[in-house]
Amino acid sequence: MLLRRCGTDALLVEVDSLSEVAAVRAALQGLEGIEELVPAARTVLVKGALKQVRDALATADLTKVPAHHSREITIPVSYDGPDLELVAETAGISPEEVVELHTGATYEVAFCGFAPGFGYLTGLPKELQQPRLDSPRTKVPTGSVGIAGEFTAAYPRATPGGWRLIGRTEITLFDPKAATPALLQPGDQVRFVVA
Amino acid sequence: MNRSVTILHTGPQALIEDLGRPGNAHLGVPPSGAVDPYSLKLANRLVGNAETAAGLELLLGGLKIRANGSCTVAVTGPATEVRVNGRLADSHQPVHLEAEAVLEIGAPQTGLRNYLAISGGIDVPEELGSRSTDLLSGIGPDPLQDNDVLPLGTPNVPAGADVVPPHQVPQTLVIPILLGPRDDWFDDAETQLQQGSWTVSERSNRVGARLNGTKLNRRDGEIPSEGVITGAVQVPPDGQPVVFLNDHPTTGGYPVIGVVDRDHLRFLGQARPGTSVRFRPID
Repeated sequence: MLLRRCGTDALLVEVDSLSEVAAVRAALQGLEGIEELVPAARTVLVKGALKQVRDALATADLTKVPAHHSREITIPVSYDGPDLELVAETAGISPEEVVELHTGATYEVAFCGFAPGFGYLTGLPKELQQPRLDSPRTKVPTGSVGIAGEFTAAYPRATPGGWRLIGRTEITLFDPKAATPALLQPGDQVRFVVA
Repeated sequence: MNRSVTILHTGPQALIEDLGRPGNAHLGVPPSGAVDPYSLKLANRLVGNAETAAGLELLLGGLKIRANGSCTVAVTGPATEVRVNGRLADSHQPVHLEAEAVLEIGAPQTGLRNYLAISGGIDVPEELGSRSTDLLSGIGPDPLQDNDVLPLGTPNVPAGADVVPPHQVPQTLVIPILLGPRDDWFDDAETQLQQGSWTVSERSNRVGARLNGTKLNRRDGEIPSEGVITGAVQVPPDGQPVVFLNDHPTTGGYPVIGVVDRDHLRFLGQARPGTSVRFRPID
């Protein structure tokens, strides 16, 4: 673990894996005085309460995967995405098997970014861990469900994007006017089901 | 009594801003809020509002509004011309508007952004605890348009005790910067920052102040996306730094060479394209 200075009141905690990111986030979550706690692929950005943060990190066990998950979320998906055939072909399986694999796994929201409510989900089966499209789409429709590298995600709104799209969901992923604006938050458990 | 104002002309850009929605970066939500929060807070205090009330952030002035009921207003930020019903009035002072009065705010002589507070505050619905317009993510109210009617909240009695002269935005900025978190991506980051010089680019906006000038030499490649804070100085492969302002993305994959001191960030937010910028690395 490496603590990198980030201005006068923030630290970037750098670790080696997504599971260590989850452990750091769990160790710091709920500490009084923290203004921002932003997990990412190999880092956790924390703003505020730096003394308490350093103390908590000094005793944190990064090998311990946090067992407590606050929420479990189910996302219904119509598996008719424009890249479903490509994904099946790349994996050497049928489109039906792609759907079975994608709905068979349990995912975890590792972090959010890119756009409000865009959650990077880990737990993607090996066969579905595939590269991005050679040429990104200028517009990916709202609700599109895609895969890229070790992640799967659903697009909260229409944006450019290079993920391989296997389906779409009607569920609202982000509504800034709602009491809980983001459906997905870091640490949540997620399952996809056939709509 | 009708507590609202009507926008007659927006000028180049008029946005509703308060102090933003920090604390939501883990959801991918930028902090947003006034780029020069000192000026917004001052304007609010002058009209008796809480510092957190929503006002208007004006880019290069040009705003014209009509008060639909009587209210108190204050204009802050760089020195600019204020008129009520065509007659000159003071900036940086509370100004009373009777019903039907027309307020005009000219373009500032220096700087970019003026703030207008109105007694009671702009009372539009909050999104994630803030009324701020976020131009990156589209959260919050849309940018204002001519003929928009803005509802106002309940006013307090103005305190009016502040005396703060309008600030001049200097032609050359020297900005303190704390190295890190990714200064190790650069050959002697401190010397490069110390010896370089830049000007503010025309492509600057509320997302970031983009600088043109000395190329900062860095390693090739990208970092897996990581959280960034307001004031972070990100360096893309072309070596031209971008200083993140309030509507910045919550994560980024380019190395951050340093973070601008918070008290100096507003000067970059007020700097017109062409303004000279130097950095002063601090430890």
